[in-house]
Amino acid sequence: MSTEVEVTVHPLKGAAQDYWSRIKSGDIGALPAVLGLLVLCAVFSVMQDSFLTPGNFANLLTQAAAVIVIAMGLVFVLLLGEIDLSAGYSSGVCGAVLVILVTNHNFKWWIAFPISIVVGIALGLFIGWLVSFLGIPSFVVTLATFLAFQGLLLLLAGEGGTIRMEDPTVLSVENSNMNVSISWIFYIACGAMYVLSGLRRVYARRKVGLKTELMQLWVLKTVGLLGVTGIAVYALNLERSNNPQLVSLKGIPYVVPVILFLLVIGTFVLNRTAFGRHLYAVGGNAEAARRSGINVKWVRISAFIICSALSAVAGLIFASRQNSVSPTTGGSSTLLYAVGAAVIGGTSLFGGKGKMRDAILGGLVVAVIDNGMGLLGYAAGIKFIVTGLVLLISASVDAISRKGGGS
Amino acid sequence: MAQPILSLRSINKSFGPVHVLRDVNLDVYPGEVTALVGDNGAGKSTLIKCIAGIYTPDSGQYLFDNNEVQVHGPRDATALGIEVVYQDLALCDNLDIVHNMFLGREQKKGMVLDESAMEVMARKTLDGLSVRTVKSIRQTVSSLSGGQRQTVAIARAVLWNNKVVILDEPTAALGVSQTEQVLHLVRRLADSGIGVILISHNLNDVFEVADNIAALYLGQMAAQVRKADVTSNQVIELITTGKSAGVASIGANS
Ligand SMILES: Nc1ncnc2c1ncn2[C@@H]1O[C@H](COP(=O)(O)OP(=O)(O)O)[C@@H](O)[C@H]1O
Ligand SMILES: [Mg+2]
Repeated sequence: MSTEVEVTVHPLKGAAQDYWSRIKSGDIGALPAVLGLLVLCAVFSVMQDSFLTPGNFANLLTQAAAVIVIAMGLVFVLLLGEIDLSAGYSSGVCGAVLVILVTNHNFKWWIAFPISIVVGIALGLFIGWLVSFLGIPSFVVTLATFLAFQGLLLLLAGEGGTIRMEDPTVLSVENSNMNVSISWIFYIACGAMYVLSGLRRVYARRKVGLKTELMQLWVLKTVGLLGVTGIAVYALNLERSNNPQLVSLKGIPYVVPVILFLLVIGTFVLNRTAFGRHLYAVGGNAEAARRSGINVKWVRISAFIICSALSAVAGLIFASRQNSVSPTTGGSSTLLYAVGAAVIGGTSLFGGKGKMRDAILGGLVVAVIDNGMGLLGYAAGIKFIVTGLVLLISASVDAISRKGGGS
Repeated sequence: MAQPILSLRSINKSFGPVHVLRDVNLDVYPGEVTALVGDNGAGKSTLIKCIAGIYTPDSGQYLFDNNEVQVHGPRDATALGIEVVYQDLALCDNLDIVHNMFLGREQKKGMVLDESAMEVMARKTLDGLSVRTVKSIRQTVSSLSGGQRQTVAIARAVLWNNKVVILDEPTAALGVSQTEQVLHLVRRLADSGIGVILISHNLNDVFEVADNIAALYLGQMAAQVRKADVTSNQVIELITTGKSAGVASIGANS
């Protein structure tokens, strides 16, 4: 006796039907964000010649990096149906700690950076404890810490002051690139690992006689992904300096492997560990999770800790990009861009649905809007309005697809 | 008759001034379906939550396999081999069938989830229960019908070689054919040697699958009787008035 009905339709058509039923059940996947990204890029390329240039592409990535990393942290919190409004200023505070230690106290970056992460963990522990044990809604807790961390940053940086970051390693994250051959080796290595891990999964399932994802579909997806990223690496390896004789500027910015590393670790935690599974469970039905013996309070606290720890990484990226930390680091539109990135990428505000890659896709959408409209000469006000509208559209899609899911 | 696998003696439970359970006795036998019946508010849900460790009784004895045990939380009950399928199904809509069946007890290889092993085990359990209604066990629970969800919840309870499975109104929200499927499933559970407690409002269901019937009336155990010894009218009398002439109780209620 089998629990599966044999399907006799064409396999690819069957896959398409599966996809359609997933969409109907509220799981829209990465498609909207990918399409949005393509449409936006196409529109901006037509409207502004300087948009589709290697220089602007590299700039876009470094511009998006900090927001992407904060959004990655927010995914963990959003998965529970919670929010961390102070994640932006957490990154400011942690960045300030890093810069103060390195610049004012001559700490090595590799000592100062872990310390700034510990500070991030402490901030997350504080927020998570208030939410989890006192039962204060995260919206209220983090609205309070939003203000408090802003104050903390102001005190650390000194009124109106900026603390410069001069450590070459930290600065290289946002300002230097791997050389061309290393870039290609990096691409090939990552691609090979991706293909191998995919094949391993398929064969592990086949070995125990389980149905696997359609091979044709997997090949299609993998080739597509490798193609797009290959083009990106090619573009990044083009000369983008205005004066190549003076300084050559090419290769993958160092921040890209940093983000890929976080993507791999985060995806592993979410998809392959019991803790990750419990995050989804608590977000989907906290009471069911509790009855299954999952320590819901601990899961909640962990999510806030992870979020703030990733904010600390974003703090380093900010310090690297701005060459300094100021009282506005991580402020202004940062948090909203990060929440927007996660939601635009496909993470649900209602909890239970979200992936690491959402942060990257959505973060790129937000950065493309910001960057493209900036090049077109629109005022910051217009950029904010458009980004706000895109966030609203994504949230509407999220809300509607949730209703469609019938839950 | 076999020894009861689970026995409650003189269980009392109050919520503040409300005395919900009064000196309740109950015996659950392996391989039998014990139907727990009673009017709304009689205390059925409260009683099973005491068994499941969600509430701690104020007084009384909890015997498992003839040993007195202390059950202070869901984990204690789970450790004994007691599993509850709640009225409001404790499933996560956003997770698939396999994930739900293993929720909180994921199989791991080192620190990594062993998805293949879980899928194989889940499939085996569903096949063992002759469940043929779900298309793929990798679909999310949100896409399932009420009967299918109930099936998943029950299958989860079977997965762990449990000794006692408690079902809180498993057919309340189901149509005729789905009710029939779930009742068959309940019967198969008991036939496999599990002690099943079935809460139900529907006496047809009760008489179809139960071996013995425990009737709660205003927080007191009116009687626990063998199905063969009573008529449907007598059970209705027990439910509505708390007594019925000529009914012979079994176990501690006799
Ligand atoms: N947590 C609680 N706090 C206060 N009263 C409760 C609580 N749970 C149940 N009760 C009361 O206990 C009585 C029995 O409820 P319940 O066990 O749900 O009955 P049943 O499941 O038989 O319909 C009801 O009067 C209900 O109002
Ligand atoms: Mg009830």
